[in-house]
Amino acid sequence: MTRLLAAATGPDLDAHLRVHGPGPLRGAVRPGQLGPLVEEVAAAGLRGRGGGWFPTSRKMAAVADAVAGAVRSRAPVVVVNAMEGEPLSGKDAHLLDVAPHLVLDGAVLAAEAIGARRVVAAVTGGTLHLRAAERRARGVDPVEVEVRAGPERYLSGQESALVRWINGGPALPSGAVPYEKGVGGRPTLVANAETFAHLALIARRGARWFRSAGSASAPGTALVTVGGDVPSPGVLEVAVGTPVGEVLHAAGVQAPGEGAVLLGGFGGAFLSAGDAAGIPLHPDVLRDAGAALGPGIVSLLAAERCGLAETARIARWMARQGAQQCGPCMFGLPAVASDLEGLAYDGDARALERLHRRLGLLPGRGGCAHPDGTARLIASALAAFRTDVAAHLSGHCLAAVRSMTALQPQNH
Amino acid sequence: MEARLRIDRIACDGAGLCAELLPELVRLDEWGYPIVDARPVPEALAGAARDAVRLCPKLALRLAGTVADAA
Repeated sequence: MTRLLAAATGPDLDAHLRVHGPGPLRGAVRPGQLGPLVEEVAAAGLRGRGGGWFPTSRKMAAVADAVAGAVRSRAPVVVVNAMEGEPLSGKDAHLLDVAPHLVLDGAVLAAEAIGARRVVAAVTGGTLHLRAAERRARGVDPVEVEVRAGPERYLSGQESALVRWINGGPALPSGAVPYEKGVGGRPTLVANAETFAHLALIARRGARWFRSAGSASAPGTALVTVGGDVPSPGVLEVAVGTPVGEVLHAAGVQAPGEGAVLLGGFGGAFLSAGDAAGIPLHPDVLRDAGAALGPGIVSLLAAERCGLAETARIARWMARQGAQQCGPCMFGLPAVASDLEGLAYDGDARALERLHRRLGLLPGRGGCAHPDGTARLIASALAAFRTDVAAHLSGHCLAAVRSMTALQPQNH
Repeated sequence: MEARLRIDRIACDGAGLCAELLPELVRLDEWGYPIVDARPVPEALAGAARDAVRLCPKLALRLAGTVADAA
């Protein structure tokens, strides 16, 4: 089931306009009001593809409410989030390569629908700035579109961090709520690049079309980055709700065997391949299963590898990627990374005891969800690799392969 | 009015005064950062809670319970 990838016409603006026509612009509403597109997006049930899966229309409405409620009414701002800080994700970069104009169309349409006059697209590289320049030269868009290249760090794409960076600060979480106080202090709609591409198609084809794929509670398709120990890694598009096993099969995995699947990326969770195969890629189902869909990441870890060592390496990386602003991040993450290393490399039973105790103290105690995600990942690993835990405690490692390269960060 | 203690985790630097002033609702983790009881502050502790909020050297503690805070 491909929609975005089927609609992709590459970087050429003429090809895009030939296939899709101009964005169905309807004229900007006044700041504080909502255009008809917002109702269509609500009817479509579009949810954010950056990992939060929050209803996009509600974000748009919250921005308009904040504008209307402000003492001095100022036009809001739209931010396209293509920072893709999650190392195992490649879908936003891919989307910007194959369908940059759909993403920009969606952002401009969203801007018009909430009365914004400015779009900032935040990327880490690529050629989107050339696409935006071409559109500007040809007068395609009624709003200003600026493309900015930001720092490649795990937290750069965290909404408040992204806004803080656009405002001239460090790309670290601020705790501010962008829809209230975002770019230049204005209410700001921050959404993932893929979300805007879906929105561009909803504007053209309607809510009913959008709902004809996916699940009722999470309609549409989603881009998924499949990686790890699979024969054909890459970016796929599937209907939301597609079983994990089907996605692995599409990446060339005949039978996932006894390995484990990392869902949702470094802030997600490991499930045993057996448990994962039948589970649908649906944000709510995965959340209820203690996992996460995140920005659509499915990574296979072959049974030959040591899941504990892999997770220890990821945990250490996550500790280093923290903003170092809050206690749980500054002290908690390095501590649990050390505990996990003690278990993985030394079979230290006391390290495991400390780890259990400390993991419970991370969630909900940071300025952002970075500690929560890392705690979830480690807790899921202790469950998914419980036979490895027992083996390590008695001085053995079950892994046939000692190299730890399966889930390597790609660009960091 | 049900008020709950909220902490600005980015502002908090682990001074620990809140746990001294309000041990019934705040304890510290092994690094000195507060672990806060998320339940509404009981009436009997309201005064101590207000003191803790007022005396936090980083102004990182507040009592949330107004209509605006409910969102």
